[in-house]
Amino acid sequence: MMGHLANFPGADNPLLWILGVPLGSAGFLVVLKEWRVATWVNVVASAITFASSLMLLDHRPAATRLLFIDDFNVYLVVLTSFIGLTTAVFSAAYIARESEAQRLSDLHLRFYHSMYQAFLFTMLLALTANNTGVMWVAVEAATLTTVLMVSLYRTREAIEAAWKYFILCSVGIGLALFGTTLVYLAAQPVMGDGADAMAWTLMIKRAHAFQPDLLNLAFVFVLVGYGTKVGLAPLHSWLPDAHAEGPTPISAVLSGLLLNVALYALLRFKMLIAANGQALTPGPLLVMMGLSSLFLAAFMLYRRGDIKRLFAYSSIEHMGVITFAFGMGGALANFAGLMHMTMHSLTKSAIFFAVGIISQNEGTKRIADIRGLTASHPVLGWGFVLAVLAIAGLPPMGVFMSEFLVVSSTFARQPLLAIPLALGLLLAFGALVSRLQMMAFGEPPKVVASHGTATTFSSILALTPLWVHMLLVLVAGLYLPKELVAWFQVVARLLG
Amino acid sequence: MTAILGQIAQIFLVVALAPLITGWVRLVKSRLNGRIGASPFQPYRDFYRLLQKEAVVAHSASWVFRAAPYVTFAAVWLAACIIPTFTTNMVLAPAADLIALVALLGVARFWTALAGMDVGTSFGGLGASREMMIASLAEPAMLMVSFSLSLITGTTSPAQIIAFVLGGGVGIEVSLGLALAALIMVAIAENGRIPIDNPATHLELTMVHEAMVLEYSGRHLALMEGAGMVRLTLFMALISGIFAPWGMAQPGAGALGVALGLGAFLAKCFILATALGFFETVIAKMRVFRYADFLGGALLLGLLATIFIYVSEAV
Amino acid sequence: MADISQFSYEVAHLIGATVLMAGFQLLYQRRLFAVLNTFAFQALALAAAAAWQAHVQHAPHLYITAAIALVFKAMIVPFALHWLVEKLGIHRSVETAMSIGWTMTSGVALVALSILLVLPVTANAAALTRESLALAMSVILLGLLMMITRHNAVTQVVGFMALENGLILAAVSAKGMPLVVEISIAFSVLVAMTLFGIFFFRIRERFETLDLNDLETYRGDRQ
Repeated sequence: MMGHLANFPGADNPLLWILGVPLGSAGFLVVLKEWRVATWVNVVASAITFASSLMLLDHRPAATRLLFIDDFNVYLVVLTSFIGLTTAVFSAAYIARESEAQRLSDLHLRFYHSMYQAFLFTMLLALTANNTGVMWVAVEAATLTTVLMVSLYRTREAIEAAWKYFILCSVGIGLALFGTTLVYLAAQPVMGDGADAMAWTLMIKRAHAFQPDLLNLAFVFVLVGYGTKVGLAPLHSWLPDAHAEGPTPISAVLSGLLLNVALYALLRFKMLIAANGQALTPGPLLVMMGLSSLFLAAFMLYRRGDIKRLFAYSSIEHMGVITFAFGMGGALANFAGLMHMTMHSLTKSAIFFAVGIISQNEGTKRIADIRGLTASHPVLGWGFVLAVLAIAGLPPMGVFMSEFLVVSSTFARQPLLAIPLALGLLLAFGALVSRLQMMAFGEPPKVVASHGTATTFSSILALTPLWVHMLLVLVAGLYLPKELVAWFQVVARLLG
Repeated sequence: MTAILGQIAQIFLVVALAPLITGWVRLVKSRLNGRIGASPFQPYRDFYRLLQKEAVVAHSASWVFRAAPYVTFAAVWLAACIIPTFTTNMVLAPAADLIALVALLGVARFWTALAGMDVGTSFGGLGASREMMIASLAEPAMLMVSFSLSLITGTTSPAQIIAFVLGGGVGIEVSLGLALAALIMVAIAENGRIPIDNPATHLELTMVHEAMVLEYSGRHLALMEGAGMVRLTLFMALISGIFAPWGMAQPGAGALGVALGLGAFLAKCFILATALGFFETVIAKMRVFRYADFLGGALLLGLLATIFIYVSEAV
Repeated sequence: MADISQFSYEVAHLIGATVLMAGFQLLYQRRLFAVLNTFAFQALALAAAAAWQAHVQHAPHLYITAAIALVFKAMIVPFALHWLVEKLGIHRSVETAMSIGWTMTSGVALVALSILLVLPVTANAAALTRESLALAMSVILLGLLMMITRHNAVTQVVGFMALENGLILAAVSAKGMPLVVEISIAFSVLVAMTLFGIFFFRIRERFETLDLNDLETYRGDRQ
């Protein structure tokens, strides 16, 4: 066990900062009594993490048995720490208004901020872990921190949602561990005992010699296990509740980041299986789960009455599309999947930012009670409209680009599969647009029930992340830098 | 020649020892309950008393009622004769197997149940129907145990199973452990012990075996009770013989070996009877509706034992 | 196989089977306290399994896993749950979604399934690992079965922990697997948090049972 310590990164290594800052600030925020300071500590810590993650683009540390950075995870690390930062900014505004409305006590806020940083830490650890066991521990800890945050409001609904989330995801996590153990057993005769047989970078090189049958069995468990966490149908039922009942910044990071992390873990195993010639081809399984998630979510979107649940189902839909793309495989579909992962994260977290402000302004999460947002709050309303249109897949936004790529690459290879895919996307589009019309346009309610006296500063603070995200999505839809495209292509090849 | 002698000794040993074992269990239970209790030899005195008494038979009883004690006792006695107790060197040993054992016990049970219903009292019918319910669950479990034992040892003959175990043919096998657990559960049900049935009760709601023999008196009752005691001895011999056969005399053993086998058997019976008395004291009787779970559990344990044999073999 | 390894294999197999039997026993119990006692027994058997593997594999760190199983799972958790059940006045009988007989039968089917799945695919693995893996997978599936068929916050937590016992059994049996200690600590933290959750959120006060089917009735969309 002591051997692990030697693998810890040194001070000149950006990984130390990326992991150390969130962990350290999580500890510091527990003891920090003043919540106003805590919101800013939260933002600053996230900013430092983001800055350190940018250093990775330039200087990539050598892989150890514990941690590593390659083309695939570096972009997810940057994305995660970026959305971590913007959400922290949004959270500062959100928490200020929640606190004025006296919905959360000081103790809860202390807890909230500490858990936020702990959550970032666990996600970044899961992304950078080379050891599949460490990755598992990190995903497990991420579950734990989010369960605590989902139950923050302590209402009956929140606790129910947290309990359901806990039970289902714990089982999922447990099955994933069994899958991890099986992969270790498959690797152990080739790699020898000990940490080598869990180090992903070492395993992938010799995966062709692993026992294929054992890998097959392992993949089933990993797929069900991490698939639960991704929210793939039929293992999705925790997701809408958890998204709906937690504080909105948490919904944003759950949807935008945690689902990605779980999918990332699944993909790492998929790569191992794919590298072994004789094992099953994981693609069709992923395609099937992706399509079923897409359809289930698309139909569920029509009957939602709660705004947060609506977008939670939309997350299931998009995770389905992404899983589908990776299941198809091949350079183009993988490229599309990676891009869609990014676009979805940015857009969905932006939507939750908007939803958070809307529900604070209107004092309700019921879609039927929300009317005429563009008239009553133009900046917010139009941002919301833009974000929802983006997630529905309207050009020229980035989500349209990536969805278009997924469909066209499928069409080129499996035209029959492209039809249900396009159908599912259209269904979801219809549902979202019809809901959007109800909320965004029409007569605003006569009396605008405004909670608290929101200052201009906090309004701007809350709206900035939304518009920054939307701007990025718009730019990505219109123009992708050459370097980014080249990079995505490298990763797409890596994914096989 | 020694085989014939061994067989004869066995025939009388089981009958002679059975009341003592039951008496010992009763003594252990009364001591644990804080009573002084009767001497372990009390069942012998009871038998003497019962045999002196006149056997009263109900007017409504048919010949079945009168024949049942003899058939039951004979079947159980025969079953007990083929289970090796202190030596495997017996004339009947090659003829015996576990399936035959199940069949003989089935005959005994069938006649007891018939006798219970014959008189036409409500208790007899109630006891008989419960007994049949227990039997329908216990017999498959017993057969499942036989299957797993014969899969491990390659034979259904108790004597050969014991020889196989003594010869070091098996190590610590999970299947054996499971089969042991299942066999103990079946034995509890077959002998009407707590938690399935309470041999010391005459509470109408809980009786099973006692309800069936309620109408008997005199020598008939003595035979019925004797059959129960011999059955208990039989199961003790079976469990101790298969799962702890150490000390048992093999063919070719001298007088010393036989004496050793006898001593070992007595010691094993003593330990098992003490354990039985202890467990009956600490465990509460189960509700009738739970019998199915209990015996179903025994059946499943037997099934698991069989499954695990395949695991071990596959290695 | 040499005598020593044959013996160590048999003992490991026996302890693993004890853990599995305790898993069956959990499905069989109808009283909450009996469930807790059985769980404590299962954890005890797990501790023995871990300690035996530590001895056989010459892997001292597995003794830590054994100690965690012994102290935390076999003592603290059952005790805490016992206390919770009394403190919160939770129903003492186990509510079942499926009759006990059918649950047990499904359990045997699951055991057969895991044996059929594991044995063919582990042809090259060491015998010690192989059987333990089949046993561990059975324990996991039984834990899952318990979570599905038992309705009550406490029994579901126990089901989850039984599942987790299976995971730890698999992990200690995998020769030389790193991070086993870390994994069992991570699980312990998870379980501890849950117990706190049940207590602090007074889950009993808020809903009678934490049956997931009941949770389905809440949809947030009901208007």
